[in-house]
Amino acid sequence: MSLDQWHHIGSIALLCTGLYIVISRDNLVKKMMGLNIFQVAVIFFYVTMGKVTGGTAPIIPADAHGHEVLYSNPIPHVLMLTAIVVGVATTALGLSLIVRIQEAYGTAEEDEIVRLDLEEIG
Amino acid sequence: MIQSNMPALIIVTPMLVAPILVFVRHRIVARVLAIATAWWCFYLAVSMAGVAQDTPIAYDMGGWEAPLGIAYTVDAFSSLLLLIVSGIASVVLPFGPGSALLAIPEGKNNLFYASFLMCMAGLMGIAITGDLFNVFVFLEISSLASYTLIAMGKSRRALMAAFSYLVMGTIGGTFTLLGIGMVYQLTGTLNMADIAQRLPDVIDSPATRVALALIVVGGSIKLAVFPLHQWLPNAYTYAPSAVSAFLAATGTKVSYYVIVRGIFTLFGVSFVFGTLHLERLLVPLALLAMFVGSTAAIFQTDLKRLLAYSSIAQIGYMVLGLAMANQAGLTGGIVHLANHAVIKGGLFLVVACITYRMHTSKIDELGGLAQRMPLTAAAWLVGGLGMIGVPTTAGFISKWYLVMGAIDRGWYGIAFAILLSSLLAVVYVWRVVEVFYFREASDKSNLEAPADMLVPTWFLIAMTIVFGLYTPWSAGLASKAAALLLAAS
Amino acid sequence: MTPEMAIKLSLALPLFGAAGVIATGKWPNVREAVTMIAAFLTFGTVCTLYPVVAAGGRPELYIGEVLPGLAIAFKVEPLGMLFALVASGLWILTSIYAVGYMRGHHEKNQTRFFTCFALAISAALGIAFSANLFALFIFYEILTFSTFPLVTHHGDAKAIRSGRIYLGVLVGTSVAGLLFAIIWTYAIAGTLDFTPGGILAGKASGNGVALLLALFAFGTGKAALMPFHKWLPNAMVAPTPVSALLHAVAVVKAGVFTIMKVVVYIFGIEYLTDQGASQWLMWVATYTLVVSSVIALTKDNLKARLAYSTISQLAYIVLAAAIATPAAVVGGSMHIAMHAMGKITLFFCAGSIMVGAHKTNVSQLDGIGHRMPFTMGAFTLGSLSIIGLPPMGGAWSKWHMVLGAADADQMFFAGVYMLSSLLSIAYLMPIVGRAFFIAEKLPEADDHDHGEAPLLCVIPSVLTGLGTIVLFFIAEPLYQLLLPIVGVAQ
Repeated sequence: MSLDQWHHIGSIALLCTGLYIVISRDNLVKKMMGLNIFQVAVIFFYVTMGKVTGGTAPIIPADAHGHEVLYSNPIPHVLMLTAIVVGVATTALGLSLIVRIQEAYGTAEEDEIVRLDLEEIG
Repeated sequence: MIQSNMPALIIVTPMLVAPILVFVRHRIVARVLAIATAWWCFYLAVSMAGVAQDTPIAYDMGGWEAPLGIAYTVDAFSSLLLLIVSGIASVVLPFGPGSALLAIPEGKNNLFYASFLMCMAGLMGIAITGDLFNVFVFLEISSLASYTLIAMGKSRRALMAAFSYLVMGTIGGTFTLLGIGMVYQLTGTLNMADIAQRLPDVIDSPATRVALALIVVGGSIKLAVFPLHQWLPNAYTYAPSAVSAFLAATGTKVSYYVIVRGIFTLFGVSFVFGTLHLERLLVPLALLAMFVGSTAAIFQTDLKRLLAYSSIAQIGYMVLGLAMANQAGLTGGIVHLANHAVIKGGLFLVVACITYRMHTSKIDELGGLAQRMPLTAAAWLVGGLGMIGVPTTAGFISKWYLVMGAIDRGWYGIAFAILLSSLLAVVYVWRVVEVFYFREASDKSNLEAPADMLVPTWFLIAMTIVFGLYTPWSAGLASKAAALLLAAS
Repeated sequence: MTPEMAIKLSLALPLFGAAGVIATGKWPNVREAVTMIAAFLTFGTVCTLYPVVAAGGRPELYIGEVLPGLAIAFKVEPLGMLFALVASGLWILTSIYAVGYMRGHHEKNQTRFFTCFALAISAALGIAFSANLFALFIFYEILTFSTFPLVTHHGDAKAIRSGRIYLGVLVGTSVAGLLFAIIWTYAIAGTLDFTPGGILAGKASGNGVALLLALFAFGTGKAALMPFHKWLPNAMVAPTPVSALLHAVAVVKAGVFTIMKVVVYIFGIEYLTDQGASQWLMWVATYTLVVSSVIALTKDNLKARLAYSTISQLAYIVLAAAIATPAAVVGGSMHIAMHAMGKITLFFCAGSIMVGAHKTNVSQLDGIGHRMPFTMGAFTLGSLSIIGLPPMGGAWSKWHMVLGAADADQMFFAGVYMLSSLLSIAYLMPIVGRAFFIAEKLPEADDHDHGEAPLLCVIPSVLTGLGTIVLFFIAEPLYQLLLPIVGVAQ
């Protein structure tokens, strides 16, 4: 594997970091952070995928006059706008759930919540 | 105008009504508006299915032609999904006096209906779109809406269940997104028809395999394929009963659709099963799901949890059907998707009736229910027979095709396993039947559920019998869908 | 009435009866009248089919396809005709008997009882008339589930336990065995229609045929082949009319009827004997036959003894089907009717003894023949028919079955038939002997004086008892009716 694939390696590293946080942390807010990093990894993957070396933004300048203009593939970037929106919505929902959980249980630590649930069953 | 724009209308209508509902504070107006939308979508689905089961309908969203624009395609498979989602929504929404049932604070009903319609729109969108990225978007729309719906459950555990589902669902969705990105990188398009044409050129690339793996795993998380099912029992148990009915009947089904589309339409049978032998992974998992899920269901003390574990087993049947990759087997998987939606939806509504009246779904506290709620108890009995797969019920039709598929494939042992595992359903269904019918109720006063709950419940329960005897709209559609999927790959 | 109409009616009338019973549940006398009328009309309708079938006609009724190629359709052929006649004819007598028994015994939930009873009869007739295995399987399962509430009628712990075994064994075997066999058959033959000469010839061979036959034979749990026989003794917790009509006639006969149909119309008897695939089944049937007879000897409870006797008699028929020579098949089929008449008599009498004398065990029956002469007289007639002595109907069927075994040069199995007759003498005749020839012990302080059972119980018992004699003399038309199923022209 050569270094010109650094962006793949980078996004996989981010992906694993995020997933690890989700699995290993008990605090729900930290879980959400992990989830965000996990999502960012994929956004990173898409954005780097669309980049063409030396390319500009995909806007044809007024003085182009029919010259070939090297520009980056805009589609992955546009797709990521949607993905970012999805990510924001997920985060907002997740955080508001955490607020409700905090209100209901008095804690946002997963092991605490599991313990309280078990106590309830008796 | 309506005629030609049906594929757009069926998605756009609920999406437009949902935000309007946020501003409609009046309880009854909100309710009527939501029901009307669901019925309208069901009408559209029926009209389209009439045409689409023979000739697929293609529609360019906003007049932009594919591959630039987003193409919607309605064929036999997607119209079956549209029918199920809009049909179940049409039955579940009128179910019961909303607020009392759902324990939602008065005045927040409209938010419930708005989330419900968004969820419905998202699920139908997945089934109808011909654009791969659009699948992800709709997947997330429906997921976000369903997290909200589950969190509306009465107990505080609903919150935790919703949160766990959110984490699992987001991981699944993100995996899918990554897979879609790799497919895009390989083929340079997001239009499914074009991808199907271009993928064979790069089929040997390791990236293709990774993309397939990501899409299948991502879908499997949402489908709750054993052993990725951990989120499901809690989500179904603590969600409001009507939501459990809707999600159990439709949510996982749409993920099944994504996986089947991915395998059969995009990657192709010869690659997935011929080269990679994915069935060597899927078949053991499906068998495990069938036996572990059913066995777990036998030992549950709560009706909703029992049904949730039974769902895991039933998903096993569907996965087994797709892993057979032949006409009978795939038909079995797809028809079970429809039949199980009707059966499980009906049974969850039965539980909703019970919790509404008895304020519990603990099996031990429901002794002698047949004396207090005779019609509700009878509905459980009939729905349960459907789940077991007794002849003349819908479950029998699924079982027939699945066993047929296994025998065609030469998998005699697996055919036998399908039948054996369905006997486990006898145990968990009958355990409850015995409690309902053979125990004495401490209080014998009549507590039958109100008519506006019984009618939707019995409607679905009656459909399990109808789909057991009259099958053009279930097995007929499924077999056309299977033929189309197999011909494409 | 056209034959199509008659088929429709004979399936629908019991259903109407069931609906009528529910509707009139508040007035017991009206309710019983409804059952009785339904039973008479059903039997009358079934009878109108007899001349048609006897003349070689095969009336058909097509309802519709459930899946492409799998239809719910009916076709009356001799074997089904015989089974339908037996089931619907005995339903009349059982209804009369049930009224006397249920009231004499002060049973609860009588409306549910009569409703489920009627449903079960409809299902049994559906099995009898089915034109293909698919339709047969549907009615087979309906019969299982409609009889479940009858088995658990008392609702106590014992009834629930028996109900579990009942459902577990019957549903378990039918799903894991019978359904598997049916789908497999469909996969290799492409059809499930009952066709004279069979549909499997040339499509399966050797071990495949044997395996398929095993799935069919063990899958038909209602035939109570060992080791899947446990449900039958357990089903005896049901009220006696249920044991009499369903667990001596309709349900168990539906089992052996299914095996007979499969052997004759799915495998084809020639193909089966050619392949020699049924040799193992003869041994299993023999084992069941002998062992259950021996168990019957050890049972003191009268109904339990009769239940094991039924298991052994069912094995006769399975053995005949396995031998699969024309004479054996016809003999086995006749035995469906002959055994039905004899065994229902015995159960009627057992129930009468329970109602009249509150006695359930053989050891309590000393001298009871003097107190209940008609009941025990009928019991004697029934016993003789089961044993197979002339002039009782049972003699003919046994004759043909032994003949069939001899035709196939299976002298060992001919001997088995003889031996088992001796065994049935051993477990039945002591009851008769006790009743008439051993003096009743002096009544203890609390032993109440009793006479005959209620009239409504005695009359049906005596009628079926006499019926065993009548069958001896009308065996010829039965024989002629059945001959075409083995390919002999009328």
